[in-house]
Amino acid sequence: MKTFLPDKSGHYGVFGGQYMPETLMTPLRDLEAAYRKMRRDASFKREVEYYLRSYAGRPTPLYFCRQLSSILGRGKIYLKREDLLHTGSHKINNALAQGILARRMGKKRIVAETGAGQHGVATATVCALFGLECHVYMGTEDMERQALNVYRMKLLGARVVPVTSGSKTLKDAMSEAIRDWVTNVKTTYYLLGSVGGPHPYPEMVRDFQTVIGKEARQQVLKIEGRLPKYLVACVGGGSNSIGLFHPFFNDRSVRFLGVEAAGFGLKTGRHSATLVAGRVGVLHGAKSFLLQDKEGQVKIAHSVAAGLDYPGVGPEHAYYRQTGRAQYAAVTDREAVEAFGLLSRTEGIIPALESSHALAYLPKLARHLKKNDIVIVCLSGRGDKDANTLSHESH
Amino acid sequence: MIPFVTAGYPGLAATEKIVLGLEAAGADVIELGVPFSDPIADGPVIQMSSFEALKKGVTLKDVLGMVRRLRRRTQVPLVAMTYFNPVLQYGPRRFVGDALTAGLDGVIIPDLPPQEEKDFQAEARRKGFAVVLFISPTTPPARARAIAKRAKGFIYFVSLAGVTGARRKLPADLKARLTATKRIAGRTPVCVGFGVSSPKQVRELGPYCDGVIVGSAVVNKIREGLRSKDYVAKVAAFIRNLKGEHV
Repeated sequence: MKTFLPDKSGHYGVFGGQYMPETLMTPLRDLEAAYRKMRRDASFKREVEYYLRSYAGRPTPLYFCRQLSSILGRGKIYLKREDLLHTGSHKINNALAQGILARRMGKKRIVAETGAGQHGVATATVCALFGLECHVYMGTEDMERQALNVYRMKLLGARVVPVTSGSKTLKDAMSEAIRDWVTNVKTTYYLLGSVGGPHPYPEMVRDFQTVIGKEARQQVLKIEGRLPKYLVACVGGGSNSIGLFHPFFNDRSVRFLGVEAAGFGLKTGRHSATLVAGRVGVLHGAKSFLLQDKEGQVKIAHSVAAGLDYPGVGPEHAYYRQTGRAQYAAVTDREAVEAFGLLSRTEGIIPALESSHALAYLPKLARHLKKNDIVIVCLSGRGDKDANTLSHESH
Repeated sequence: MIPFVTAGYPGLAATEKIVLGLEAAGADVIELGVPFSDPIADGPVIQMSSFEALKKGVTLKDVLGMVRRLRRRTQVPLVAMTYFNPVLQYGPRRFVGDALTAGLDGVIIPDLPPQEEKDFQAEARRKGFAVVLFISPTTPPARARAIAKRAKGFIYFVSLAGVTGARRKLPADLKARLTATKRIAGRTPVCVGFGVSSPKQVRELGPYCDGVIVGSAVVNKIREGLRSKDYVAKVAAFIRNLKGEHV
């Protein structure tokens, strides 16, 4: 059975939609039409596949963690190695496909938002490749935390626009990118990095990230001859997790587990656990779960992982949560940092702090596993970018 | 003339005085901005006033309370400008009821297009509470006609693609687009906003529309009057000036 999400009006149950100013309604409709057309266009598909393979490095391996599995005691842990992709994370999957779409739509100017800088770097890379003008909005707080990525973006020829409003992180960078888009809408393509924002972005970005789950499904069937018991991925905006989960949607025996950032702890109020601790709200064009006060003012999120530091989440996740298709949990900064070290020592793989959240849930999950249960964890990015932050913290 | 002020900038009591001053200066409708943490349709000036009002803890409920107090002293039409999330948390049905009781005439929600939250929009319609709709430079003719047909209160005609904030120059085709919109609007007034800030612009647009909305420029006058504490007088004088009356 095929899944029909979202519906024609861009909703996932009550979630999603297009809560955007009138000026963007027609551009969103045009984008949707262009995307629908490209999706049926074999040459578009071929071009995306070509760049994913020969430029980004797909397919990525599905790697069995012998040592880690043995330490956990139960279950067979596999990593989907998105960290091995060009630019260091799954973000390149979406940036390449949208870049190709933008070029085919005749847009020469690209704007994007970034938190950790991974999406910014992926976008800057694609713009360099295709000769597009690139403006990346980034909160000044994040620019400080992720100085290396700022340098990479500049090196790639992008303009990094510092955002000083509000919390100076991803949420405000996204607001600024939207303001730029609404102002320059005739010439500009907004290359959104996650499965949030107004329709058709959640659908489009999901489709471009499902390459993760499609490959993983084929690989696990080839290696093990059976489906996994669990899929585990970190959830900030939710693009790597949706990319892994969605192709297994109709495999009802496969359980989805999204891991959010509990930051300093859920009780402290300083976290990014939108699905675990948030309420239904509207931000940046979509109805979904949201960290907010009782008046509907959006709260400032916190996570040691800049890429999870966002008070909203994609509407498809909200729908999965409401319908019980996926479960969501949260782990603290400390737990994530421990998992960061554990994978580095046991498997010789330094994971991104974002992906470390998914890894950090494994000890808790192991209690519910049988010896041979298969678990696939999305290793969404590599941790080189985080080594600097963590080496400072440990001193 | 429709001036916009952020409710709670520089304080709620101050906003009450400013509103009365604006009415005395000849404002026909007054737009009250409800502060929000993520005002995506607003430029730097209204972002600033919204942020300052939030620091004072101003809520949607406070704004309705202020409207109730103002209604003892003035009958000038008052419309709120709020992003949708505060309304959603307040409870959309409850908001319509409480807003009408308080004496609010309508609401402008920049991130709520006509096709979302149909229950809320239908409820408002049933109760006679205007949810003001937008027509923008990117709205194609067929959609503009559909919006014009559904419009209540007035049509908010967005002068330019962009966020709020004073502009020295407005788009060259603005008058032509206004004329076209006037033609499809029927008896619904068409009011122009975004970017308008000078008496010359107001004078030029006057013959082509039913009202001009001035926001960031008004908030700027309040900011300029903060230190000397004469912002009520400053803003009133600015409105008279925009209307072409010499002071």
